Amino acid sequence: MWIGLFSDIHANREALEASLEHAHSAGITRFIFLGDYVGYGADPAFAVDTVMREVEAGAVALLGNHDAAISTGTGGMNHIAAEAIDWTRPRLDRTQSEFLARLPLTFEDGNRLFVHASAHAPERWEYIISIESASRSFLATRAQATFCGHVHVPELFHLSPTGKLAGFQPVQAVEIPLLAQRRWIAVIGSVGQPRDYDPAACYGALDTERNILVYVRVPYDNETAARKVRDAGLPLLLSSRLIEGA
Amino acid sequence: MDRHELKGGQVIDGFRLIEPLESGGMATFWRVTRDGDDLPMLMKIPLLRPGEDPLTIVGYEVEQMILSRLSGPHVPRFVAAGDFERPYIAMEFIDGLSVKSFLDNTPLPAEAVATIGAKIAFAVHDIQCQHVTHLDLKPSNVILRGDNAVLIDFGLSRHDQLPDLVQEEADGPVGTGAYISPEQVLGDRGDPRSDLFALGVILYFLATGERPFGEPQRADNWRWRLWRDPVPPRERNPAVPPWLQEVILRCLEVDPEARYATAAQLAFDLQHPEQVPLTQRAARMRRDGVFTVAWRWLRIARNPPVRFRRAVATHLADAPIVLAAIDLEPGHEALSQALALAVRRVLATEPNARLACINVLKIARLALDKLEDAEGRNPHLGRLVGLKHWARAIPVAPERITYHVLESTDTASQLVDYARHNRVDHIVIGARASSRLRQYLGSVSAHVVAEAPCTVTVVRVADFETVTRNAGAQRA
Repeated sequence: MWIGLFSDIHANREALEASLEHAHSAGITRFIFLGDYVGYGADPAFAVDTVMREVEAGAVALLGNHDAAISTGTGGMNHIAAEAIDWTRPRLDRTQSEFLARLPLTFEDGNRLFVHASAHAPERWEYIISIESASRSFLATRAQATFCGHVHVPELFHLSPTGKLAGFQPVQAVEIPLLAQRRWIAVIGSVGQPRDYDPAACYGALDTERNILVYVRVPYDNETAARKVRDAGLPLLLSSRLIEGA
Repeated sequence: MDRHELKGGQVIDGFRLIEPLESGGMATFWRVTRDGDDLPMLMKIPLLRPGEDPLTIVGYEVEQMILSRLSGPHVPRFVAAGDFERPYIAMEFIDGLSVKSFLDNTPLPAEAVATIGAKIAFAVHDIQCQHVTHLDLKPSNVILRGDNAVLIDFGLSRHDQLPDLVQEEADGPVGTGAYISPEQVLGDRGDPRSDLFALGVILYFLATGERPFGEPQRADNWRWRLWRDPVPPRERNPAVPPWLQEVILRCLEVDPEARYATAAQLAFDLQHPEQVPLTQRAARMRRDGVFTVAWRWLRIARNPPVRFRRAVATHLADAPIVLAAIDLEPGHEALSQALALAVRRVLATEPNARLACINVLKIARLALDKLEDAEGRNPHLGRLVGLKHWARAIPVAPERITYHVLESTDTASQLVDYARHNRVDHIVIGARASSRLRQYLGSVSAHVVAEAPCTVTVVRVADFETVTRNAGAQRA
């Protein structure tokens, strides 16, 4: 069965709608959301409502650091992220805020682990961006494959049975076999705020039977999304990076 | 799975073992059959025992991953693979002649070397077009079957769009001492031209009976080829013609930039020996002196070359073979100029492109055409002069351009065949102004567009007279 892995939607309605539509037309019916539904973008209520609806229909949703900051505060965030959270908080109703507050940090399914940032102390939101951070995550779990987001740049780390670890920049739309003899950390890119110099939304498609992962890119109306961020009075950087993808 | 446990008649996942074949160091091979399957098949069973080199395991994973994605006449068809409890790869059995079997009869004549070399080059080009660099090309990994070379053993190969598991596992360079390229010795597995170096070693071996860099077993000694040039083939075998030495030594250049840009371009030269531009490589009769070699060694020791990796697809896209079909009939000068402009535009963005300028001499179907015209001149020669004159306007280095006059009763089919035979990537052809007769018979360019195996650009001279007339008619 194909599962859609959506991470870092960040209140981007246009990107979320386009990605869901793309996934549905590709025959994906089950979803796992890897966190960060709000923050940065102009449509937080829409993003949370959509995820709530998917969860009611059977999807799994995990907690991201921006979601946690709605109730626990913006400590540890840079000022732009904090400003966006302060803008977001009054725009969520009580049901939406409580939904976010109750989300779990991790989800395990057989030998697969799903988490927003890292298997190593998930609540510390460590970025997996290097061999060192990847090895900390590998050591913290027995799962054969870990799927996470948080970084906004797609990367695939692999660990051989002899302890060799390397990273790989995945190419979109290519079926990558997650071979059984080694362990994997798939950093899924971001739906709502890509930062790998490609502004198209990114999500992961996982075939659980054949153990195959595909990084999918979906071009969407990022000009509208960027305009809404600007019109909302959010920091201008949050608008321009939707155009540049960086 | 121990090789001694296997017996004829045993069935593994529906495959019946028939007879053992020659075994390699890291795997055993069996002829197998499967009910309801006519394909002749073999099963490769890796020897995965405790304490075995981890690269054996990785090689099995890599071959399974890559072979299952390759298709076409230059690779064995993938059938099935087992899991790690019962590892195997079942694939098509290739009934042909291993290039290794030619080594007993070396040196081979130049024509035979070129024929075999072109077949291997086409096979390499085919897998590279599918994002794969072989990286362990050697005579025992090439089987000749009919008109095609089939490449086997993808255990050390690299797929451009998948994680490089060999690179991850290996602590040093991986390959075969006699054939490994200088950049692989330096740890770079990302250059498609590494396969051209190995192919150069094969050509050298076939043409001279010797390996250009011997057979060093220890990886430390693989580095010698970075500064020590091989004995020129003509010194080893005076029967090697200069053009073949040129081709071989170009493949064996230490810097991949100095080799052929693609395997298709190498195959092109092997198929057109008379068009190979000769440089100092062809004239070399002995190796460089001690001083030159010492200086090279010093330079490399101080500044090991660092290079930037590019995707195989990007590399191939930069180095197309472009065919310009040129009409030399009088009265079409404007079209011929427009064609030159179009070709210049195509080449402007492709620095490694090769241009083949073609003119087709149309001959009558039944009559035996005279080779000379009424004044005793060879019409081919006149056409060649015309082609070279036309190409003056194209700014391209002499080693990247060739001229060909072909004969045919059917111009379009001849162009299409030529494009197919030489793996042409892009045809640029002019379309003469339309007339009643042409609309009825169909034009050469329309036939080429319909049947070409590649991109075709059709060039026209803007006909404002007709445009104006038609616009006027509409207004009226």
